[in-house]
Amino acid sequence: MALPNKPLGELKAVRDPEVEEREVDILIVGGGMAACGTAFEIKKWAADKKILLVDKAAMERSGAVAQGLSAINTYIGDNTADDYVRMVRNDLMGIVREDLIFDLGCHVDDSVHLFEEWGLPVWKKNEEGKNLDGKKGQKMGTLKSGATPVRTGKWQIMINGESYKRIVAEAAKLALGDDNILERVFIVELLNDANDPGRIAGAVGFSVRENKVYIIKTKTMMVACGGAVNIYQPRSVGEGKGRAWYPVWNSGSTYTMALRAGAELSMMENRFTPARFKDGYGPVGAWFLLFKAKALNGLGESYATGDAAKAELENYAPYGTAPITPTCLRNHLMLFEMKEGRGPIQMDTVTALAELGATMDKKELKHLESEAWEDFLDMTCGQANLWCATNTEPEKKNSEIMPTEPYLLGSHSGCCGIWTSGPDYDWVPDSYKIKAKSGKVYNRMTTVDGLFTAGDGVACSGHKFSSGSHAEGRMAAKEMAKYVRDNADFSPSIKESKEDLVKMVYKPVHTFLDNCEYTTAIDINPAYIKPEGMMYRLMKATHEYGAGTATYYQTTEKSLEVLMDLFETMREDCEKLAAGDLHELMRAWEIYHRIYTVEAHCRHIQFRKETRYPGFYYNADHPGQDDANWFCFTNSTFNKETNEWSLKKVDYVKIIPDA
Amino acid sequence: MPSFVISEKCDGCKGGDKTACMYICPNDLMVLDVDAMKAYNQEPDQCWECFSCVKICPSQAIEVRGYADFVPLGSSIMPMMGTEDVMWTCKFRNGVVKRFKFPIRTTDEGTANAYADLQGKDLDSGLLSTEEADGYTIPTPQATV
Repeated sequence: MALPNKPLGELKAVRDPEVEEREVDILIVGGGMAACGTAFEIKKWAADKKILLVDKAAMERSGAVAQGLSAINTYIGDNTADDYVRMVRNDLMGIVREDLIFDLGCHVDDSVHLFEEWGLPVWKKNEEGKNLDGKKGQKMGTLKSGATPVRTGKWQIMINGESYKRIVAEAAKLALGDDNILERVFIVELLNDANDPGRIAGAVGFSVRENKVYIIKTKTMMVACGGAVNIYQPRSVGEGKGRAWYPVWNSGSTYTMALRAGAELSMMENRFTPARFKDGYGPVGAWFLLFKAKALNGLGESYATGDAAKAELENYAPYGTAPITPTCLRNHLMLFEMKEGRGPIQMDTVTALAELGATMDKKELKHLESEAWEDFLDMTCGQANLWCATNTEPEKKNSEIMPTEPYLLGSHSGCCGIWTSGPDYDWVPDSYKIKAKSGKVYNRMTTVDGLFTAGDGVACSGHKFSSGSHAEGRMAAKEMAKYVRDNADFSPSIKESKEDLVKMVYKPVHTFLDNCEYTTAIDINPAYIKPEGMMYRLMKATHEYGAGTATYYQTTEKSLEVLMDLFETMREDCEKLAAGDLHELMRAWEIYHRIYTVEAHCRHIQFRKETRYPGFYYNADHPGQDDANWFCFTNSTFNKETNEWSLKKVDYVKIIPDA
Repeated sequence: MPSFVISEKCDGCKGGDKTACMYICPNDLMVLDVDAMKAYNQEPDQCWECFSCVKICPSQAIEVRGYADFVPLGSSIMPMMGTEDVMWTCKFRNGVVKRFKFPIRTTDEGTANAYADLQGKDLDSGLLSTEEADGYTIPTPQATV
């Protein structure tokens, strides 16, 4: 029986949703690695408190690790947290929060040890130095007991990570208890306290499964909903725009909800445009690090190791001349080749596998091939299918690589996010400590009293990856427990009435129902715009004016002025977003979140009068780095009453000396 | 189309209002047409091809057809989930078939140690609960500027 073509949306939205009001002590918004860390840790410190976790999806497969991963990119092991800071600082061109990074480096391994205990297979070295997969490697013992992981780079270890998120979520759910978890509920706006607007008091959202609005009061809150994807026109504009490098469902909710609650953002100009296998966006890390493959330009030259590249990198000393070239500068070199007409860029998989295989027997060769495929099948299945569809066997045929569209995140090789407090240690400068009204310092608290973040949410401290995000969620959990203990007499109150909140959350539904019968085609109506239309409008604007792929990531002062006008009309037109079903209501709020997040990004680019991250973006009016004026953080706030942005410089403090 | 549902194989998870694919999809794409009792992907251009629905479907009714923008027809990759391993069958457009088996988990499902009985002692220290239990000492910078 063939299915008839059905219109989108099986779950119709109604005008008057049910309303559920809750009051808790600790609210966790998000369900990815950071939130799972919080869920695991929180009851160890706040067993008698009311805790609720709210996830837009199902924790078993939500967030950036939903599909799995083939490596854990941050495991300190025999290294030091000091060296970890130096690595991150160099990769992010000098301006990072060394307190946050060092602190994370002290705790990340504990999370990795838990993952292994819970059942995550971790590769090991045997006595002869050969690689064992995570199952065979069990006989070598655990990392915690001293077994040797398979390092690809200095910080990365290999895993069999297809079920990584399922395992981590299982522990999180067991620790928190099913009764304290709401899945398929999308929190869309945070609520400040009626008596103290600088303090968090609650959040509002809705179910994507039934017509129901949730209004949740809380003493303290974690917001950790990942980064932002599909904010620029992707290179694939049809079905393929789903094949984003970062999870396509990350809609900037972390940044937008925090900024609308008054939280200070930092380094929002930083972005990540990873160079990946073209179109399929499969990871390149294992190819460069584990298989020692080289990138070739269209002439077959290993451009990144040539004299011209060396000379260019010297322009960006000391970062460019460090042993490991920063990620943005690696892109910069690749873009230079492409612009000079020496593309396309190829990953030389053929030579790499031939050289590795030269000393291997048949069985070892088979294993090597399997490792190459697992890298994709564990975390980017679609890339494996692309190889199959194009008859690509990596030992016989090279694959093209290319920088993707821009992404915003704070946990991978990027560092945008929310300005947070560092830990209250003696060696941490006062300017990095955020005090609550009580005068106490809470690690990872934002500038809004009681509002915490972790993972992609924390600014100025990239290279946490999956393990660091989990550890950071745990660190924040303990601070939230402390905050609740210290503020036992705080009773959160919300200024907005229940009716006003429902009206706000369901506004796109009301707009739709009020107007949908006027025209014969449901998506075309002068009274409203559907989220899909707004998505294309946003993508086109940022693509053309905001340093998207259209201009090889270059923008100008004039372009940014045009873009700011476009943002303003987009925000006005968002008042006329329309949603006929619950899925579409989710999309309406997601595009709303995306617009604010990418506006913050572009306002920061406009504020910083230099090009700090060549290869990620270029401000043509301010090329090159201007250390004399811009070796500082850039922080911003947004006033949602007046729609005004304020930007300022914040001093960078060097804590860890150079090696 | 990214993920697609084979009509003949899908039984709508036998009438539950929540199907397995609908439960798991991280992007809320899989929905059940309750009249036809069949699931479908309602927004294929937002599909990450994460294979979560493919892996969880109890009827093996879901597969993936690569993105029309850039994936030629004729290939497929299919996972078969076990409790300890996943077995992948990768079929090339030119007929080549490769099979790979990878571990996914070293413990039984549902047995992850949540340390449910562990209670932290010093809320004012920087130690995580399991670090405190292990007697871990938090390092300080070897030198500061």
